[in-house]
Amino acid sequence: MTATATDARATRTYAAHAQPAWRRILFTRETAVIALLAIVIAVALATVPNFDSPLTVTYLLRDVAPILLIALPMTLIIVTEEIDLSVASVVGLSSVMTGILTQSGLPFPVAAILAVLVGTVAGVVNGFLITVVGLPSLAVTIGTLALFRGIAVGLLGTTAITEFPEFWSDLAKDNIPGTPVPGIMIPFVVLAIAFAILLHFTPFGRSLYAIGLNKEAAAFSGIDVGRTKFLLFVLSGTVSGFAGVYFTLLYSNARGDNATGMELAIIAAVLLGGVSIFGGRGALHGVIAGVLLIGILGSALRLAGVTSDIINVITGVLLVLSVVSASLLAWLRRKRTSAIGKKKGRSAMSADSP
Amino acid sequence: MPVEIDASAAPPVGEAPPALELSRVVKSFGAVVALRSGTITLHEGSIHALIGENGAGKSTLVKIIAGLYRRDAGEFRLRGASVDFTSTAQSKAAGIAVIYQEPTLFPDLSVTENIFMGRQPTNRFGRIDRKAMRTEAQEIFARLGVSIDPDRVTEGLSIADQQIIEIAKAISLDARVLIMDEPTAALSGVEVERLFAVARSLRDEGRALLFISHRFDEVFALCDTVTVMRDGSYIATTPIVETSVDELVRQMVGRDVAELFPKLPAEIGGDVLVVEGLSRPGVFHDISFSVRAGEIVGLAGLVGAGRSEVARAIFGVDRYESGSVRLGDRSLPKGNPRVAMARGLALVPEDRRKQGLVLDESVTRNITLAIRGGLARAGLIWGGRENTAAQIWASRLEVKTAALDAETGTLSGGNQQKVVLGKWLATEPKVLIVDEPTRGIDVGTKAEVHRLLSELAQQGMAILMISSELPEVLGMADRVLVMREGHLTGEFTRAEATPEAVMFAATAEKEHAR
Repeated sequence: MTATATDARATRTYAAHAQPAWRRILFTRETAVIALLAIVIAVALATVPNFDSPLTVTYLLRDVAPILLIALPMTLIIVTEEIDLSVASVVGLSSVMTGILTQSGLPFPVAAILAVLVGTVAGVVNGFLITVVGLPSLAVTIGTLALFRGIAVGLLGTTAITEFPEFWSDLAKDNIPGTPVPGIMIPFVVLAIAFAILLHFTPFGRSLYAIGLNKEAAAFSGIDVGRTKFLLFVLSGTVSGFAGVYFTLLYSNARGDNATGMELAIIAAVLLGGVSIFGGRGALHGVIAGVLLIGILGSALRLAGVTSDIINVITGVLLVLSVVSASLLAWLRRKRTSAIGKKKGRSAMSADSP
Repeated sequence: MPVEIDASAAPPVGEAPPALELSRVVKSFGAVVALRSGTITLHEGSIHALIGENGAGKSTLVKIIAGLYRRDAGEFRLRGASVDFTSTAQSKAAGIAVIYQEPTLFPDLSVTENIFMGRQPTNRFGRIDRKAMRTEAQEIFARLGVSIDPDRVTEGLSIADQQIIEIAKAISLDARVLIMDEPTAALSGVEVERLFAVARSLRDEGRALLFISHRFDEVFALCDTVTVMRDGSYIATTPIVETSVDELVRQMVGRDVAELFPKLPAEIGGDVLVVEGLSRPGVFHDISFSVRAGEIVGLAGLVGAGRSEVARAIFGVDRYESGSVRLGDRSLPKGNPRVAMARGLALVPEDRRKQGLVLDESVTRNITLAIRGGLARAGLIWGGRENTAAQIWASRLEVKTAALDAETGTLSGGNQQKVVLGKWLATEPKVLIVDEPTRGIDVGTKAEVHRLLSELAQQGMAILMISSELPEVLGMADRVLVMREGHLTGEFTRAEATPEAVMFAATAEKEHAR
């Protein structure tokens, strides 16, 4: 090896990928979820009456919009091997703040911005406890799940505020003119593109995967692990705050128990979309497909007259299967790469020997 | 796991057949042959060395013996009887124990509990008999001549002590065949000596030992016989007294390695890295030194002397209490690796698997991890630029991988180390700190790394090389610093640095130091 000439070294080239592009794109978790989504839509269109009506599309997208929104920062958080269970409570808190501040006479945009900022502050609290104090995010956000919900319910009691300026509540409910697509999809698409770029096409995104797979190596590569995570929790709180304002307007209803339990729907959809709960794996298009899959399946089954407890069972089975299949795939891949890895070393070595 | 002795696996035989015998064993994974012809014979009361470059098939051979893999063809006999293990439990039951480089103990359990994990003796009420366990643990330690408190938790024990516990576990199982896979890689000189004493006493008890190592001096100091493997095949078995380092190296690489430490002459410039009075109570104290452009400074000492901690503090991954670090003309802020990197400092850390690499990510992502900011255009990073950068460094360092998107964890140790080196050289550093740059890698790659460091110094880079291998430090360094128990205890020029002088500075008691 020492004898190898310098020019021979320089000429060595590598294939960028071990497998052709179609294989790399086709055989992924994300593609599988998207394919499943397409199948569910096709079957629903063919068999479920009224599934193809514009109204179905409108209601479906309206209902999943908060989940879609919060799934974006949640994906980033789970990629770094953390979790935020407090998001639905932040939605509730932000909803209550929107109601109280509007009722107190503040102009609605001011009230809404303050409510979003309350979400940001909630994210700062989470981020502080996790990265500065150094507690595990699972424990911290279970705590703040109860804490934020408690504050929300405490502020409004069992009453609800239902009076909101018509202009704003219409804006939340209206469709994009000429389409059955609700207007909330515009800010969602903008945010989704921003998050996709952030996760997949920036140095920051690269650092998230590195943190999720090996915190120590990330730190040794000059990544400020604490600051990165802090930022993600602040982002998650802020987006949840925004989702809370939307939720309030959509149902013209500010209550402390709004969106109770939504965190589980969000996390379930993110995992279904192919993000590994152990961090470091996943892509945003899979997550969006995952949210839509759960939403559309539920909507189609409801239209077909299936009761909601059966729908829950079906969604539950789907989730369990998705987790099992992910482990199965990972196991298969490990078996294969361990064999291939040996081959790489060997064939290259014999090729090098003079 | 309860251990049952499989009668068919180890029948009593009158004449002494070899304790373990592998003959022309083949193992393939799909179309890939990992072991072409594995042949080795272990005798009772003897220590046998197995050497070969990384990827030579040593690990596959060990895994077959351990019951982790099943062979495809060939003979595998234990005391004359043919065996075929389908699980590690069977291998253990047949009296085989494998001690790995990094012991896998339960950190929160006591030493005793670890030794008896899964087969704790019970008293007549069916409860765990702690007293019996403890007594037996102490007996084993006494037999091995080591003093480890059987009641303490294993967390915080040195790797050396953890290995001893693994050995104790093997003895308590009455293993007749002990396989030690690179046990000394993370040990200091004193610890190696203790391990050797234990190994010799096991040999004298009539056990068969297989010792895998990359260090020739250890092979010659400890072993009776040596088997060399290359490219998955058996090459030769020779009694240790009839062979030499040159001979073994020739057998291992199939060609002559011109020189192990090809130090090139380099022009030495001004101070680039200046460390003054660096202290962190309990870890290192008043460390002052400098590294000049074009100079390789070796930092020698025993494992645990605080060398890696100093390196980490300089780079900023760890903090320090007092002192200063200057890079060029400017002082470096404390605890900020990002600034250190931007100013031209790079650290190739001690533990490449935990600190150096993200093993689950591709070669490309690893090589570009430290330069990801610089690869971005208008804040965006594209796969093409990443691949180009990875291509450049992978080919410059001759990383052996089929494709750049292969997971780094699938590469051999030496190639992983090249990826880490590539990752840091890609940052175009002025000062390169390498911590144990050749630990656990094969002779050929080792020579490549040495040549690379030598070339980098010639191009004007300032290099601080931490190494526990004395020949490496003495061969490569222009100047040798020695640390002991957190203090700098010696500084030698290349001419002054004799093995005796350096070892003395690294080990001697304080009052004898000067």
